[in-house]
Amino acid sequence: MSIIKADMDLCQGYANCVMEAPKFFDIDDEGVVVVLQQEFGEDDRVRIEAAVRSCPVTALRIEE
Amino acid sequence: MSPSTVIVGGSVGGIRTAQALRSNGYVGEVVVIDAEPHVPYDKPPLSKSFLDNSLEADRIRLISEPEVVESRIDLRLGNKAAGVDLSNRMVVLENGDVVPYDDLVLATGVRARPSPWEASDGVHLLRTLDDAQRLKEDLAGARSAVIVGAGFIGAEVAATVKKLGLEVAVVDPLEIPIGQVLGADVGSRFVGLHHANGVATHYGTGVDFITGSRGDLVVGLSNGVELTGDVVVVGIGAVPNVEWLASSGLALDNGLVCDEYCRAVGQPNVYGVGDIARWFHPRKKQLVRVEHWTNAVEQAVCVAKNIVRPSEPTSYAPIPYVWSDQYDWKIQIAGETAMAEDVVIIDDPANKERFAAVYGDSKGTYCGAATVNWPRAMVQCRRMLEGEFDLSEPVGVLRQMVSSSSKLRSASAD
Ligand SMILES: Cc1cc2nc3c(=O)[nH]c(=O)nc-3n(C[C@H](O)[C@H](O)[C@H](O)COP(=O)(O)OP(=O)(O)OC[C@H]3O[C@@H](n4cnc5c(N)ncnc54)[C@H](O)[C@@H]3O)c2cc1C
Ligand code: SF4
Repeated sequence: MSIIKADMDLCQGYANCVMEAPKFFDIDDEGVVVVLQQEFGEDDRVRIEAAVRSCPVTALRIEE
Repeated sequence: MSPSTVIVGGSVGGIRTAQALRSNGYVGEVVVIDAEPHVPYDKPPLSKSFLDNSLEADRIRLISEPEVVESRIDLRLGNKAAGVDLSNRMVVLENGDVVPYDDLVLATGVRARPSPWEASDGVHLLRTLDDAQRLKEDLAGARSAVIVGAGFIGAEVAATVKKLGLEVAVVDPLEIPIGQVLGADVGSRFVGLHHANGVATHYGTGVDFITGSRGDLVVGLSNGVELTGDVVVVGIGAVPNVEWLASSGLALDNGLVCDEYCRAVGQPNVYGVGDIARWFHPRKKQLVRVEHWTNAVEQAVCVAKNIVRPSEPTSYAPIPYVWSDQYDWKIQIAGETAMAEDVVIIDDPANKERFAAVYGDSKGTYCGAATVNWPRAMVQCRRMLEGEFDLSEPVGVLRQMVSSSSKLRSASAD
């Protein structure tokens, strides 16, 4: 299992991650990312990597 | 021998393509060639956090050193590509080297449209890290700046330069510069934003001349007004970097012309990504070229998939999305707003700092949205753009968001 880490201070609410992987990310009322599910398996890896790289401020990373 | 993909252009389009190739299991060589000597960096901060000194150059990298190694990306920086030999499948570099490929990705982007007005110095364009560095140096000793062009980059530079404490004036030939994209009502709010922040606008008038030199520049407007500034920034659009492909035989017309799979027309193993690519959008049924960050990232993923699985290519039909930060406004725009026939603005009485505008086409179908300081509303707007809705539906959803957040507020105040 790998783990998604989000830096709430960096996040600007651009929501590209939410569009890419709605099962894993959402935005709260303040416009900050919410990680809905921290752990993910190999099936979701391509999608999560794409979501992480779609973040304009590099607020997301994957921890193995 | 293992196959090889050569990517020309190591900015966001090129680098994200290289990464997505690995994500999708590509095992061949991945070579990225870029003319600039800098490690791949991101451009949006150049008019924002890099320009106002809150982020240094090492914080705006597109990819970390360890990831370059881990993803086995062969980065060849400081190498300008001079041409492509399609029949022998190789890229020719300016220094005479040739780089053979099986698949070729063209991601050389655009450059800032040059200033037609000459002054001896102190007139800046803003596209690259070097441009931003030079501008920063000139701003450091300056008291005033004139910004020519009130598009996204011009407006962001105006906001940032004002934040740095300079006196700022913005010039644009249009009466309501962003009105073409967002309509006159929303556009007027953007004009008001400059004024509320103490920035002067000279709209509806062109520039006739710029004279003088750094620290003492004069910008002469068509309406006779002469503005003075220590620094001038010219942000009047961009032109695709395709000249180096002129003799290649590739179809070039306001960019690299591609099919719906982002393949250069007639060339199954040549692809276009990012600002350079003018591809056939299958839903819009026309060629489009988009100069926004998220487009480059999404197109990179599509191209990588099509290189890995050429027999079952995915067509590229994105919903456009762009953000911009101006003063204390976080602006987000999605879908097609420019062609809209109808617009509904939703204000939040309890939070004057934010609003949304939703757009409908000639049939009353919801086709685009813009939000200010309201990321959560934009998520709803983007999701609904994936389906087909009457304009009244996103309006209802947003009004609901307004009333439930005001209920929440009054409940917590009790
Ligand atoms: C100041 C600024 C602020 C921006 N802000 C935003 C924003 O807030 N939101 C948003 O959505 N978008 C923004 N953008 C737009 C966004 O940055 C671009 O859409 C994005 O950079 C496009 O990436 P690209 O890889 O297609 O091309 P580019 O970034 O243009 O990169 C092209 C690369 O190709 C290289 N190259 C060119 N010719 C050659 C050659 N012959 N040989 C080798 N290499 C070559 C160049 O050196 C460059 O590195 C901004 C752009 C700028 C300049
Ligand atoms: S893409 Fe990045 S900035 Fe945007 S919501 Fe996700 S984490 Fe935040």
